Amino acid sequence: MNQRSLAIAGIVALALLPPALQALDQVFYIGFAARILIYAMAASSLNLILGNGGMLSFGHAAFIGAGAYTVGILAAEGVGSAWVAWPLAIVCAAAAALVIGAISLRTRGVYFIMITLAFAQMVYYILVSMKAYGGDDGLNLGSRSAVGFGLDLKDEFTWYYTCLALLAVVLYLLNRMTAARFGRALEAIRENETRMEAIGFATYRHKLVAFVIAGAIAGLAGALLANQSSFVSPKLMHWTQSGTLMVMVIIGGVGHRYGGLVGALVLLGLEELIAEFTLYSQLGVGMVLLGIVLFAPQGIAGLFQRSATRPLP
Amino acid sequence: MTAAVPAMTAPVPARTAPVLEVRGLSKHFGGVQANADIELAVAAREIHALIGPNGAGKTTLVAQLAGMLAPDTGSIAFEGRQIQALAAHQRVRAGLARSFQITSIFRRFSVLENLALAVQARSGTSLSFWRPRHEDTAIFEEARELAQDVGLADREEELAGALAHGEQRQLEVGLALATCPRLLLLDEPMAGLGPEESERMIALLAALKGQIAMLLVEHDMDAVFRLADRISVLVAGRIIATGTPQAIRADAAVRAAYLGDAESAQSGPRSR
Repeated sequence: MNQRSLAIAGIVALALLPPALQALDQVFYIGFAARILIYAMAASSLNLILGNGGMLSFGHAAFIGAGAYTVGILAAEGVGSAWVAWPLAIVCAAAAALVIGAISLRTRGVYFIMITLAFAQMVYYILVSMKAYGGDDGLNLGSRSAVGFGLDLKDEFTWYYTCLALLAVVLYLLNRMTAARFGRALEAIRENETRMEAIGFATYRHKLVAFVIAGAIAGLAGALLANQSSFVSPKLMHWTQSGTLMVMVIIGGVGHRYGGLVGALVLLGLEELIAEFTLYSQLGVGMVLLGIVLFAPQGIAGLFQRSATRPLP
Repeated sequence: MTAAVPAMTAPVPARTAPVLEVRGLSKHFGGVQANADIELAVAAREIHALIGPNGAGKTTLVAQLAGMLAPDTGSIAFEGRQIQALAAHQRVRAGLARSFQITSIFRRFSVLENLALAVQARSGTSLSFWRPRHEDTAIFEEARELAQDVGLADREEELAGALAHGEQRQLEVGLALATCPRLLLLDEPMAGLGPEESERMIALLAALKGQIAMLLVEHDMDAVFRLADRISVLVAGRIIATGTPQAIRADAAVRAAYLGDAESAQSGPRSR
């Protein structure tokens, strides 16, 4: 199948990246590439609710923060195993999403944007005020989580492939989900929620489930991000982080199955590239974003493929 | 010129327990009394028309019956069960579906997909994350049958938003039918239809007559008198009369309040 060969080609290309960078003597960029993969995961989770579900959540960074701080706090308390910390990060982020979603999803439109933003800011200030865990200054993990099996995540290659494997699993699950009954119901709620209620769907419940799944995945991304720099700080959940994720989704393709991946790749790559030439990299990024919104409203991934909202064959 | 109502295969059951029983229902918006002390009963399998001038409160009543608007006071019983506490989607699952006056369909989905969604809603859970939906052939088979029923069999693959207005109205009714209702609330199904499209809609409803009870809100008096077993007249938020089409036609209060104009417009030359 075309879709499948595209996915395999993408994974092979990403898997070949580290040796290629090594051959070019640019090993530094392996860590940067891992960072892109983590953001791709976070942006993909946002795309599930924003793109497929039409929920304009402006507080997604809260779940990244919840995941990151779970790992950070556990590390500070002496729990360094990835097998404990990462699942717990997912659970904590999902729990946060359940609480925030249960309340926020009672609102619509601009109120939903504002209430999710408000919740994220609340979480942000709670962590700023948590002096025991570094407060404003953040928290050093000391080292990356331990996985055993003779693997050391401090090795950049191992780290990169860990992130790649987890991203592949997440994208596979998301694709599976969006092609299943649940995904179609979610898209239909985005299209016409009143009608969905009128044909007997419990729309609130479906939206909440999507919100919690997205939060859980963002929590995993947060756990990885904490490991990436062996450091967590409230900056991870500053509202500009939520904005960055939204921009990634928009650049990549709202509702497109690889929108998050493409968006993270393009935005972070572009920032890095433009920063080589100018101090005003944000200006250049802004121009690109403007161009995409004006000329490719379906995002970059959408340029290569028909919209995900097309009916199934 | 008016064709006789197709002969009913089964006579409307005499005074069995009503499917829908509304008692003392009131709703006001600020100072406007939209519905005042509504008493209404729809018998099993009858077509009960609800007529009244614009702004009489018909759509408000439908919204309350469907659970999209909470009444101030009053009770709604569906098949003997009080349903005020049920949310809109729960009422649909209980067997009470509605269509919208302003077409409400999934415009960017195909006709088949629209109907399949409605079938999906009542068959099994939609919290299914693994199995590809296109393998779910049962819902698409049912959707095809429904498309056939509402006369859209040859338009299945078309995007709903690309259909002609009349076809969209057929899909609108199709979506409500797909929920397997025992009572259908139809909010002006003929709205905006041309004469031929109206005929098709009347034929569709006539074919359903006797199988599903309907509360038919409609301005098209031709359709109302051809389809309805009973008619209630809503004026300024109050039901001023309920009875057979003949009784309503003869009712002096109704004639004065509403029907006289519509009748003369109908029997005279068609101006529009």
